[in-house]
Amino acid sequence: MSNSHAIQQPGATSGELNFYLKEEHHPQNGTLLGFWVYLMSDCLIFACLFATYGVLGRSYAGGPTGAELFDLPLVAINTSMLLLSSITYGFAMIEMRKQRIGAVQVWLLITGLFGAAFIGLELYEFLHLIHEGNGPQRSAFLSSFFALVATHGLHVTFGIVWLLTLMVQVGKHGLIPENRRRLMCLSMFWHFLDVVWIGVFTFVYLMGVLP
Amino acid sequence: MSNHSATAHDHHDHGHGHDDHDDGAAHSTFGGYMTGFVLAVILTVIPFWLVMGNVFESSSTTAMILLGLGAIQIVVHMIYFLHMNAKSEGGWNMLALIFTIVLVVITLAGSLWVMYHMNVNMMPHMNMHDMQTS
Repeated sequence: MSNSHAIQQPGATSGELNFYLKEEHHPQNGTLLGFWVYLMSDCLIFACLFATYGVLGRSYAGGPTGAELFDLPLVAINTSMLLLSSITYGFAMIEMRKQRIGAVQVWLLITGLFGAAFIGLELYEFLHLIHEGNGPQRSAFLSSFFALVATHGLHVTFGIVWLLTLMVQVGKHGLIPENRRRLMCLSMFWHFLDVVWIGVFTFVYLMGVLP
Repeated sequence: MSNHSATAHDHHDHGHGHDDHDDGAAHSTFGGYMTGFVLAVILTVIPFWLVMGNVFESSSTTAMILLGLGAIQIVVHMIYFLHMNAKSEGGWNMLALIFTIVLVVITLAGSLWVMYHMNVNMMPHMNMHDMQTS
């Protein structure tokens, strides 16, 4: 027992030392890692909402089905809005690396406009559904649908608020290290929301209209 | 690519302290974003075409292909937009991601599996009711 312990111990510690010495020659600021951990916890929230929708998505309670309600051309336009906003945010990050404040602001503005178009279309869809009496209280399917899609929409809304705040910050203080860090956190947040939307349009909309 | 990260590194040696983390996502190039964007557009158009054009007769075939394409698109976004790789933040990004994927799979597969069997085995009347109404 004590013998095997003595054999294992040096191997374990040297492995650990190797890992730290090779990968990290100096300690890094942990903000981006911390923000990534936040995104992963956010991912778990969405996983729970997806699971809820997966369980309840076919419980129509005699009400309308996804095939009757979902307007796929509208969803396609919505998807393209979010995808375009992702690539324009990428262009903003490229300009940030070149220290061009004006170009960064323009790309951020375009990203915000695409995001606002996305939110506008989603609100139009929701209002249309509720107006026809197919609000969240109609059936378990619609409850889980609104919970999932509206949570994503809220994330995008707060992403736009954050984006506008950063545009003011960059306009006031320029591309200082703090603002670059904030822009990179928002970049991760924004692309993450696009990833979640892949799940939404695949799992909710497209699979929801299949017979 | 290596050229770019080398210059980024030089830059950090001057600026001391808080901007050290900058190269966490330094591998964003115009080409990288455009590659990701084109792939994402293709992987978005195909599922919409499959469903709106009623390409396959069986909806379970379509569902399987949709899930597969969705998974591929998520990986594309992770690599080209979120710049995931095994080395960023000393591997801790990837570790957190793998941990999250495990939890997500358990949550999704577990919920669907358990609730499906609950519906099938424990509430036969409910099932008949569903079949009549829908």
